[in-house]
Amino acid sequence: MSSAGSPSCSDQRTQPIAPRRVPNAVTSDDLICIDRVTFGYDAGRTILDDVSLAFRRGRITAIMGGSGCGKTTLLRLIGGVHAPNKGRVVFDGDEIDTRNREQLFRLRRRLGMLFQFGALFTDLTVFENVAFPLREHTRLPESMIRDIVLLKLNAVGLRGAAQLRIAEVSGGMARRVALARAIALDPELIMYDEPFAGLDPISMGVAANLIRRLNDATGATSLIVSHDVKECFLISDYAYLISSGRVVGHGTPAELTATDDPEVRQFIRGEPDGPVPFHYPAPPLAEGFGLQARRAAPSAEPRSAQRGERDR
Amino acid sequence: MNPHDLLAGLGRWALGFLFRLGHGAFFLVELLRNTPASLRRFYLVVAQIHAIGNYSVVIIAASGLAVGFVLALQGYYTLSRYGAAESLGLLVALSLVRELGPVVTALLFAGRAGTSLTAEIGLMKAGEQLAAMEMMAIDPKQRVLAPRLLGGIIAMPLLAAMFSAVGIFGGYVVGVLMIGIDPGQFWSQMQAGVDVWDDVGNGIFKSLVFGVACTVVALYQGYEAEATPEGVAKATTRTVVISSLAVLLLDFVLTAVMFSAPR
Repeated sequence: MSSAGSPSCSDQRTQPIAPRRVPNAVTSDDLICIDRVTFGYDAGRTILDDVSLAFRRGRITAIMGGSGCGKTTLLRLIGGVHAPNKGRVVFDGDEIDTRNREQLFRLRRRLGMLFQFGALFTDLTVFENVAFPLREHTRLPESMIRDIVLLKLNAVGLRGAAQLRIAEVSGGMARRVALARAIALDPELIMYDEPFAGLDPISMGVAANLIRRLNDATGATSLIVSHDVKECFLISDYAYLISSGRVVGHGTPAELTATDDPEVRQFIRGEPDGPVPFHYPAPPLAEGFGLQARRAAPSAEPRSAQRGERDR
Repeated sequence: MNPHDLLAGLGRWALGFLFRLGHGAFFLVELLRNTPASLRRFYLVVAQIHAIGNYSVVIIAASGLAVGFVLALQGYYTLSRYGAAESLGLLVALSLVRELGPVVTALLFAGRAGTSLTAEIGLMKAGEQLAAMEMMAIDPKQRVLAPRLLGGIIAMPLLAAMFSAVGIFGGYVVGVLMIGIDPGQFWSQMQAGVDVWDDVGNGIFKSLVFGVACTVVALYQGYEAEATPEGVAKATTRTVVISSLAVLLLDFVLTAVMFSAPR
């Protein structure tokens, strides 16, 4: 387990990455490499600060961290929604260039993404939602699209719900429909944004089990962004822990569980206070309530004047 | 207020306005660039014509009838003072075809279909549906926005034609059936005085321009809306205000160009 500083992509390679094309990455075990990336939505706020991560092919890798630490931003950088301010994101040997829309769309056809709340098209049925990418990207006959959609829905246990409208399915079911849609085109990379958020224990178990089974069955590479330690450790092969825009630890779930690093331990055990403080930075409580000012005020005046004031 | 601050504030407002105008124009060009792809999948456009046009028929027809009634009453009152009551059909038809048909339809369109488009696109954005499309390598401008733009452009002249037709019928009901103007005079004056190209053609052109303006404003506001309930609510309000002002301004410009030239 490493916990000091961000792991460099070159740690897992024999040669450093070339500026545009990375020939050794094609044969490398890493499908995605995030190389010394710095990113912020605006100039004054850095979300990710010089982070490096590498994601092995065929593995489930979890990216964990508290709310607002930059986990979802990482997925957006991989999907080419945003461009890093510094550093680069490399997908299967090609640096992602957000300005090249054609290259970006070619890349996106190779990945599937499960959004936090499903992002299903509410005007379509369950069946039509799963069929949507197939109809948009292929010229398959309708009979074949039907078979593929039913197979995907069967894989997530919702073949019987094919004709339901999105408003008629529960949150857990919607997440599974979104998963069926994400794997409709058999992507090489599946990204899951908070797949366990807001689910009841049964749905959470079902979702975790599905992610593991689908990954093993399809041989895809999976990235899970979550703060759910238990479920993530249960199904992932490797995990990164991000805090305040930097990687504070990474390793297998067993390695992370056994670590002595206080920040990693605080997150995994869910301790309220520690290296990540409970309180948002603020002035001392007494000062906040004006107690110091009131205590200081009488002493500033001469005692006789105070007495005189009371006598009156 | 300090005159320097006032000037600086005015400059900031002007720069912001020009930026938004330029951004909107770029958005329109982007949509137009995506329209050929939408035409290839015309079923998407047909669905939007149905959603935008068909669901607006009731309000357009009802408003057209009411405007026709009032035009006939007001027109008869004025024309009869000059002994020209038999020209009521011509007055009603010209007023509707040239002016009231395109303008009132566009204002109603902004309130009924425009707000619906803005809210729909804004909520799609808030629900990450547009982001999901992007991640599926599907351009939302091509798949979602361009068919709606074409639907709006096609639906607007059809609705304006319906408004004018129902309005003329309303004028007939009040003028002929209630007041008692000779029906032959009513229709023949209209037939002789309304020119297909100068009056009807210009009216259709106006409503096409209004169709582009109202639909682009609605789509732009939805697409650029802040992805929160308040953001969508504000965008919907802006759609009505900006579309209405744009229609009135464009109407003045188009009328000045079309009808001011000597025939």
